[in-house]
This record gives sequence, C-alpha cells and structure tokens, in this order.
Amino acid sequence: MLQVSIYRYNPEQDAEPSMEDFEVDTGGKDLMVLDVLELIKAQQDPTVTYRRSCREGVCGSDGLNMNGKNGLACITPLSDSVKGNKLVIRPLPGLPVIRDLVVDMSLFYAQYEKVQPYLQNDTPAPAIERLQTPEDRAKLDGLYECILCACCSTSCPSFWWNPDRFVGPAGLLQSYRFLADSRDLATEERLARLDDPFSVFRCHGIQNCVNVCPKGLNPTRAIGHIRSMLLKRAA
Amino acid sequence: MVTAVTSLSRSGLSDWLVQRVTAVILLAFFVFIASKLLGGVSYLEWRSLFDQTWMKVFALMAALSLAAHAWIGMWGVFTDYLTERLLGNKGNLLRISFQLITSLSLVIYVIWAVQIIWS
Repeated sequence: MLQVSIYRYNPEQDAEPSMEDFEVDTGGKDLMVLDVLELIKAQQDPTVTYRRSCREGVCGSDGLNMNGKNGLACITPLSDSVKGNKLVIRPLPGLPVIRDLVVDMSLFYAQYEKVQPYLQNDTPAPAIERLQTPEDRAKLDGLYECILCACCSTSCPSFWWNPDRFVGPAGLLQSYRFLADSRDLATEERLARLDDPFSVFRCHGIQNCVNVCPKGLNPTRAIGHIRSMLLKRAA
Repeated sequence: MVTAVTSLSRSGLSDWLVQRVTAVILLAFFVFIASKLLGGVSYLEWRSLFDQTWMKVFALMAALSLAAHAWIGMWGVFTDYLTERLLGNKGNLLRISFQLITSLSLVIYVIWAVQIIWS
C-alpha cells in the first residue's frame, strides 16, 4: 500500500492547513500521480480538491508539488516521484491556496500579461500570412511550447519573494518568444519595459525552473538571451 | 517597468553589469594579495608595495568595488526578505533601516580605506 500524504485546506472551515494521510492500493502498477489522486477521490474522500483536465501533459492544469518537486501529476509516474513508499502532495508553492491543491494563479497570469504575449506588428497584413524563413522560425523552438502550468515560476525563490515585481521564468520565456520573433516589431518597447532591477534581473540563474519544466524547456537560457539583448541595446 | 528608487543605478542592467565588473576587480585584487601573502612578505616589502601609486589605485579600486558590490548584493537580499509582502508594514521599516545601516557602513569603510591607502 502506497502511503500518500495530501495537503488539505478549506478556508471556509479550517483555521489552518493540515496534511491528511491516505493508503492507496496501486495494484503493483507504476501509476501516474494523478491516477493516485483520482483513486483517492473516487474511493476514499470525494472532497479532495485539485485541478485536472487533459490528463496527458498538454493542458497544464495539474501542476503540483510532489515529494518536494513541482511537476504535472498526470505525466509524473510514481517511480519518478515516490521515495520509501511515501508520496507527499502539496499545492504549487508561493501562490495563495484556494482549496486543498488548487492555487490562485492571478499573480502568475498578471506577470504573463505584463510581457504582452502577442505579436505586435502595425504594418499592413499581407494577403495570406506573415512569412518567416525556416531559420527564423527555428528560433521559436523551445519557447512556444510553454503550457503555462506555473511549475517553473512557483519553484523560483525570486518569484516567491517578489511575485508582483519579478516577471518569473514562465513570463520571461514568453517575453523572449516575442523578442526572438522576426515578425514582431515591438522589440524596443518590450526591452524598455524590462530594464529595471526586478522584472528580469531578479533571476540569479539557479535553474530551478529548468529542473522542473515538464516540457523540458529552458527559461534560464531565454533570460540570458534577454539580458544579452538589453546589453546590446544599451552598450 | 518596476520602479526601484533605492537600487544603485535604478537600472537592472547597469546594476547587473556593475556587480559583474566589480566581482572581476575583487577577484584580481584578492588573488594578487593572496599570492603575495602566500609567497611570504616582510613588513618592509609590504610597506613598499603599498607605497607605489599603482598599488594605491588598485587597492582603492578594490575598496570601491567592494562597496558597490556589497550594496547591490545587500539591496537584493533586503528587497527579497524584508518586504511589506512578507512582513507587513514592519517590512518597510526594517528594510529602510537595514539599507541605511548598510549604506552608512559602506561609506565609512570607503573613507577609512582611502585614509589608510593614501596616508
């Protein structure tokens, strides 16, 4: 029997959060962490609350902290997470908890909105589409795949301490996705908004974001590119 | 754009660059001093080393670098942990007090260093 410990908090009833222990029969299978949560919800306690949708690592809803490491519950097999037959599941760190494993992502989305994550080009649109060379298109690889699950930003201490001022790895990855886009013409305005001591430069390069990204992306590298662009612009 | 009036240069890029350049200067200085000390140095040799103008300039550069480097680093630590978000109103009071103590100490250290190096 797998020992599972889940963070429980219902602000309408509980004075403070607590951990609740469950025992789950996995039938000897290497289930995903989400399957374990589903088993608990179906068989033991229907009030256990978490977000989930696609259950295949595409929607980014079930970002959780599993045995101390952020990841998507639906694509994290028990064999990757469980140590000593024990699985501790907590909400993503640093964001306000709405209930149990569900966090309020408003701060995260506010930072995403700040980087204006959309193509800005005021020139008349061509008849069909704005074309890119294959080389220019290749620059967006490793950037556009982000699903905004918030695993990276909520594993970043700089984001924990300053979620209102530091854009965070997810937002900065998207910021660079548009800075690197040959069709986007707002490069100067985008860079001008980032040149303060908090938005980009709170990143100290500890790479927690790279360590947890379920899509294998590298926000630290993107942040390095933004820094280089700021340096070239100012030098 | 987040405003930050107490940072060294108000610009994240400039602070970041200063942090790196001063780190290189400090590394060069401490490696140089360590190599002298490890090589064995008498009082007279030490004295004549610091009598030379280039050494005075080098040591002054190191002192100024240390002050700038320490200010940027401590500013980062204070604005991480001593904030309204983490500690409520007390955070602002604590942060500004610590910033004052730090800046005052660094100014004193720099003046003291200038006195020692150029006397």
